[in-house]
Amino acid sequence: MKSLWWRQIQGILRMEVRKNLLSARALPIYLLGAIPIGIVTLFVLVASYLEDGPPTEFAGAGGAQIFFALLFDLGIFRSTLYFGCVWVFMNLFRGEVLDRSLHYYFLAPVKREVLVAGKFLSAWVGATILFGAVSSICLAVIYNFLDAGNLTSAVGHWLAYLAIVAMATLGYGAIFMVAGLFMRNPVIPAILIFFWEGLNPFLPSLLKKFSVVFYVQALYPIDMSQGPIEIISDPVSLWFAIPGFLLFTGAMLFLAGMQIRRMEVHYADD
Amino acid sequence: MSEMNDQLVFENVSKFYGEVLGVNRVDLSIAPGITSLVGPNGSGKTTIMNLMSGLLQPSQGSIRLLGMSPNEPEKMFREVGYCAQFDSFPKGANGVQFIYGYLRVHGYNHAEATQLTQEAIERVGLTEHAHRRVAGFSKGMRQRIKLAQSIAHKPSVLILDEPLNGLDPMARAEMIDLFTDIAKAGKHVIISSHILHEVDLISDQVILLNEGYIVAEGEIAGVRSEVAGKPIQMLVRCDQPHLLASKVFEHESVVQAAVHEDGKGLFISTKDSDQFLLAFNRIVLDNDVRLQSITPTDADVNAVYDYLIGSGDAS
Repeated sequence: MKSLWWRQIQGILRMEVRKNLLSARALPIYLLGAIPIGIVTLFVLVASYLEDGPPTEFAGAGGAQIFFALLFDLGIFRSTLYFGCVWVFMNLFRGEVLDRSLHYYFLAPVKREVLVAGKFLSAWVGATILFGAVSSICLAVIYNFLDAGNLTSAVGHWLAYLAIVAMATLGYGAIFMVAGLFMRNPVIPAILIFFWEGLNPFLPSLLKKFSVVFYVQALYPIDMSQGPIEIISDPVSLWFAIPGFLLFTGAMLFLAGMQIRRMEVHYADD
Repeated sequence: MSEMNDQLVFENVSKFYGEVLGVNRVDLSIAPGITSLVGPNGSGKTTIMNLMSGLLQPSQGSIRLLGMSPNEPEKMFREVGYCAQFDSFPKGANGVQFIYGYLRVHGYNHAEATQLTQEAIERVGLTEHAHRRVAGFSKGMRQRIKLAQSIAHKPSVLILDEPLNGLDPMARAEMIDLFTDIAKAGKHVIISSHILHEVDLISDQVILLNEGYIVAEGEIAGVRSEVAGKPIQMLVRCDQPHLLASKVFEHESVVQAAVHEDGKGLFISTKDSDQFLLAFNRIVLDNDVRLQSITPTDADVNAVYDYLIGSGDAS
């Protein structure tokens, strides 16, 4: 039975990854992904024309690493990746309803929970590939342009940022998939969560834990200062963050599975 | 497969959309063969089909298809294919990808899925166009590719919501042959259609629906006989229609006798066909009338439908 489920998930993956990366539906996330690449390109072009070169605070290995960490945190993780995940995962089922093509999946001999797992996995793979590529391009350009030190540490940082992309996509993806299934207007939860995540540095220690940002910070390769008004809390360990993420994702998938089992298809009402 | 398990069974099934009635207290037991659901728009045909396929959940009652519940899609859709009325497709797919992709989701490997895809496409006569994007297909081609998708895994139960919509006459004839072949193999074919004449010709049984209720079900002739008090009309071809008209009109069960416009036949409406036919033989013999044929003119689904549902514009 397991092998049948796996074959079915592979079948879903084959269709969905193409849909998520190679169809018109993917255009918004490509445009989002182009934003940080555009910023980096602009920075390099402007800095190249300056007589003194790039600002001194960004020069050298430490400066380059801080510059990229800030760019990644604000320009990729908290914006591009966040809204990319909103688009991809909230449309995972809702997009099929709007396209009136969900019934084809419901008419296949697939447990609906397997369908949820397959679609989530495919969206996660697609989003991770795309935002991983965006992060990789930006990192390569910045580290190369600002001379961020030796190759070994650069590769270490690159892998850490890829891990952040993978984990953040997992966490946000699970939340937005469930929001897309339960809410008629998923834009409202997307905005609310965006502000909640933005407020994270200023929240009390207990509330900090109810956010994706809090756990992802454990994966950053360099120390991220949040400024003078951050409320200090104990940093989460990597060994708690990763299993925690997986457990959280599992719980969200379970919720989505329960909802999709009850789901009816009558497109006219949607 | 046991006798009970070759049936599609609805037990006291109702479906409400909020406060709007979809279907109410439906009891059905459908045997293999071609069964047609007939009724005007909003009568509940698509609701019944969507309930059968699990796309909708009943508000009350239970549904079993070949002994399986629609709540177990992983089992049921090995045996069930559904060609829905929704004229939509996954974006960007061509005909082959559309069928192949979903066969892979069934769990078939590449070789199996490829072969089943080819067979299904050949069966609906789309081989030439199968590599074109579905978005560019004509209405008739889209209908056929949906049909191909629903039959690709060779189901025992084929549910077809308005399958003849958009097909030209030749394609219709081919599809009807296909449904007949599938039914002859001992499988279920459930069809909803507004093409009443074609449904009448191919159906083993009909289910007439109106406003969410089943108003009649069974074989066309059987449904017809259920309609007590409804006069039956027949066309009698003979050499003396005027004489015959005057004689049959004396019989108490005859409510109308009208000579055909070509002057070579007679329409007779009777409210008791058994009693009338006994008397009719005597009338013919006594008056030396030469008969050429006697044909019932209203034993088709249109007449029954019009009578039961009261719509003069069933199609």
